Amino acid sequence: MKKKCGIYICSGCGIDAAVDTQALIKVAEKELKAEACHVHPFLCDDSGLELIKSDLRAGTVDHFVVAACSQRFHQQSFDMGPEHMVLRAPIREYVAWMMEPRDENGKVNEDTQMAAADYIRMYGARVKRMEIPQPFEQDTIKSVLVIGGGITGINAALEVSKAGYPVHLVEKQAELGGAAKEYRSFLPQKAPYRDLEDNQLEELISRLKSKSDISLYPSSTVDAIDGEPGNFTVRIKNGQSQKTVAIGSVILATGGKSYDKNKLTHLGAQFKNVVSSDEFEAMAKTGKLTRQDGSPAKTIAFIQCAGSRDKNHLSYCSSTCCMNSLKQAAYVRQIDPETKAYILYRDMRTPGLYENFYKKQQDDPGIFLTKGEIAQVSEDGERSILIDLDNSLLGDQIQLKADLLVLATGQVSSLVDEESHLNLGYRQGKDLPDLNHGYPDSHFICFPYETRRTGIFSAGPVRHPMDINEAKRDAAGAALKAVQTLELTSMGKSMHPRVGDLSKPDFYLARCTSCKRCTEECPFGMLDEDEKGTPRPNPARCRSCGTCMGACPERIISFADYSIQQISDMIKEVEIPDEFEEKPRILIFACENDSLPAFDMAALNRIRINPYIRIIPVRCLGGINLVFVSDALSVGFDGVMFMGCKFGDDYQCHFVKGSELCNERLSKVQETISRLNLESERIRQFTVTLNDYDKLPEIINDFVTEIDAFGPNPFKGM
Amino acid sequence: MSNQEKKILVIGGGISGMSAALDASETGYSVILIEKRPSLGGRVSRFHQYFPKLCPPMCGLEINYKRIRPNKNLQVLTSTEALKISGEAPDLKVTLKTSPTYVNHKCTACGDCVDVCPSERPDAFNFGMNKTRAIYLPQQMAYPNRFVIDRKHCPEGCDKCVVACNYQAIDLNMPAKEQEIDVSSVILATGWKPYDAKKLTHLGFSKFPNVINNIMMERLASLSGPTQGVVVRPSDKKPPKSVAFIQCAGSRDENHLPYCSSICCLASLKQISYVRAQNPEAEIYLFYIDIRTPGKYEDFAARIQEDPKLKLIKGKVAKITETADGSLVMEAEDILKGNKVHIEVDMAVLATGMEPSIAGQSFVGDTIKLDSSGFIQEDQKAGIFSAGVAKMPLDVSSSVIDASGAALKAIQNLRSD
Repeated sequence: MKKKCGIYICSGCGIDAAVDTQALIKVAEKELKAEACHVHPFLCDDSGLELIKSDLRAGTVDHFVVAACSQRFHQQSFDMGPEHMVLRAPIREYVAWMMEPRDENGKVNEDTQMAAADYIRMYGARVKRMEIPQPFEQDTIKSVLVIGGGITGINAALEVSKAGYPVHLVEKQAELGGAAKEYRSFLPQKAPYRDLEDNQLEELISRLKSKSDISLYPSSTVDAIDGEPGNFTVRIKNGQSQKTVAIGSVILATGGKSYDKNKLTHLGAQFKNVVSSDEFEAMAKTGKLTRQDGSPAKTIAFIQCAGSRDKNHLSYCSSTCCMNSLKQAAYVRQIDPETKAYILYRDMRTPGLYENFYKKQQDDPGIFLTKGEIAQVSEDGERSILIDLDNSLLGDQIQLKADLLVLATGQVSSLVDEESHLNLGYRQGKDLPDLNHGYPDSHFICFPYETRRTGIFSAGPVRHPMDINEAKRDAAGAALKAVQTLELTSMGKSMHPRVGDLSKPDFYLARCTSCKRCTEECPFGMLDEDEKGTPRPNPARCRSCGTCMGACPERIISFADYSIQQISDMIKEVEIPDEFEEKPRILIFACENDSLPAFDMAALNRIRINPYIRIIPVRCLGGINLVFVSDALSVGFDGVMFMGCKFGDDYQCHFVKGSELCNERLSKVQETISRLNLESERIRQFTVTLNDYDKLPEIINDFVTEIDAFGPNPFKGM
Repeated sequence: MSNQEKKILVIGGGISGMSAALDASETGYSVILIEKRPSLGGRVSRFHQYFPKLCPPMCGLEINYKRIRPNKNLQVLTSTEALKISGEAPDLKVTLKTSPTYVNHKCTACGDCVDVCPSERPDAFNFGMNKTRAIYLPQQMAYPNRFVIDRKHCPEGCDKCVVACNYQAIDLNMPAKEQEIDVSSVILATGWKPYDAKKLTHLGFSKFPNVINNIMMERLASLSGPTQGVVVRPSDKKPPKSVAFIQCAGSRDENHLPYCSSICCLASLKQISYVRAQNPEAEIYLFYIDIRTPGKYEDFAARIQEDPKLKLIKGKVAKITETADGSLVMEAEDILKGNKVHIEVDMAVLATGMEPSIAGQSFVGDTIKLDSSGFIQEDQKAGIFSAGVAKMPLDVSSSVIDASGAALKAIQNLRSD
């Protein structure tokens, strides 16, 4: 259906001081043949909004371009309802606030005016192509699968159930409880954080068992998970038997394990009276602390960071060992007040309110704590353990003799060196992609649950070294996310970061060549493949970033409100002057997460910017299709800049892979450009974060200077 | 009342409160988020970068603002505080007070008012290290993006901004507004404030201009800060050639904050990278008791500690004195070497700890149970939950995790069955 397009231009906030808005109206009327065009001095005010709404009521207009401030202002004011597309052409920020205003005689600057006119053309052309996204509808199964029946899994299941959603909990062992089964006591968990708590596992398990909406699968593993959020099919295996259940989201809570003590021979792991923290915990649970020969251990030493913070073993800190050894030192004193405990540490790490527990143990005259470097661990004739310490607080080069040595072994994720716990039937593999040290967690500080598998959340020590109290908090957070997945998915809405977005990619498969680029590149594993390699979309896995759209060489992937055609139209609408000497044209694709707001910040600070640039926002640089490059060059742009997030190990791309994929694509096209006798430097990607807004003029001007030296794009005017 | 009609109130618009409010509202529930300052963002909006990625906090905040803008389940009230919480869940009543900002929703952030404003005020956002006009934007990335007026700095009878504003956005007689709202769950996300370093009299904060706290350091390093991101020492605005970081300034100290504030070690290591990025030759000292960089943060900490011009000294700084040129002498015991050291530096940064902000707020009364340090205890009366640093010292990521959990608990409480 033909769109009835209205263009509403605000002349307030300094726009009129920079551009001739009446001339913009002529562009809208004559070139775009818009059904309605108006200038208003205060468009976001009631009278301005009424101007738009009256056209809507009269049926004159159904798609709108608001040429005023950026999307960051008045988004809800300009919302014309779900049936109508509103595009914001931010001529206030991109033009009026960053380019040369009228001169003292009121004459507009030609370059500034051209920029404003181009933005009217670009957005006017795009809005005509846009369709209203229709929600992807499926029957959502509002239940959650929890894998792992330890502290994290039990808590996650209880939290989900309490929110009113059924749970299926799978535990590979016959009994629930995981590592906590062996705990003599739990860490302090309430103010004043000075006292150990009883092991509360039994009570937790009985609460779990009393819930009729929690189905328990002991001695079971997950053999397969197929489908997508809201509609996963899970095959649960118990010995020879199998059961299939339907669920909507997943919490992976398979926990951690201790680092293999036997690898720590430099700390005496081979000696008889050296045990790991786990072994000591089990011993303490029996109430007897003995050496291997059964004689009582009267002096017990703990070596911290056994394997952790060690390049040869685990480079990270296992977070929990300091508190754990303090807890175990407390056991030593509980069990036999005559026994002494020595904790040998590098740094005592008892963050937050745990400090109170640390202080309590410090005050115990039978607990000795010292910083020091372990020089050597050896054994004497009586099989006691001799520990040589350098640079200790007790003195340089001292020797300590212990009846029993406990190595405070670190934590490792249960994803390391184990069979898959998820067995996802995803083309991209059966597990959550890990980042480093085998941990699969999100890389984001602000968004810790954003993994690369939508609707599948990891919680507890499987994703980060953590203790019981942290695991409990993590379980509740993951439970929220699992529940949120069900609710958003049931409405066809995307998950973070484009929460609520209804647009999902459409595939025109008749023209698909099965090249598999989209299936390989989707950061979220949205696409599976059939036998021929044709993509099989799972829309509820999609986060609407558009990486598939950028990947497709056949250009058959598009969104209703975001497509190659729409972007190409924007590119082609820019008026390219024939005279290069004065008027080069630079196209900028800016990621709307970070780079685009940098332009807003620059505008807010009235930072003057090169008037020859035209900015096109993209959801993510992953959506950059190489056709944009050829479109830009063929219409005569002299250079193209791609601005987005940092990629690599410390990536900041909120779609994980977008900026990296864009970089790869551009490196490939640069060869082609060179073959056309064009300078490949005309096409370049830049990392621009919000903090870089002050550098924008320099980044752009340097680029323009370089392009100037090359001369005009030879395709200009062809 | 259906479950979806029942409301959740989140008190505090920092990273924890914002995350909790977004998580609950995106799950389909009605949420009101209140923040007593004129902009959301809380403490993190003052940070230059986050550890360990050294990425800008504004990036995550902007994504959150982007989630808030179209969100019809979420109502944001800034310059608003809770005065009283009464009733029993699920029928809690909360009295809210919205203070006047003297600028209404018509503000377009165009800035015409600033150009005519004749009066200045110390910029509290930047710890008074610079000034703004009496009408000002609370912070560069403010939400809502709207000016406010600090009326006590307006000259008597001045209405220049009113005249300059083309949008009838300024109302110098804007009244305070009180209202009582009905909610079923309350999430307290009142966050923290830096411990008042003036109480650490031996360290000379506020007496010696070149002794600053760690949040001031964030502002100095920040592009939107008083020096446009150039780290200088306050007395002579010169980039420091040597800097000392003093850990546990207030924390782990029975006379001040008995607990560990959890984040200061990482914050200082991060700030060491700020100094290093601006001056490859700077001598940097870190006085510490224990370096606490848990989990994968250790990789970041190890990388920073490879710096050959960084010296770590295990020991508390007993005293800071000032020299004639404004430099500072750290007097400390090097515990590992067993000797006393005197080290002169251009500038000292106190890694001041986190003090919970909730104490003294009028709604606390007998309604909210706090521990002896002022953190919110886990078990509260039905319908009241807490998130983030209001509960215990946490880093950003752990606060967001906790906020998601608090959102779930608030939702559970709305269920009528």
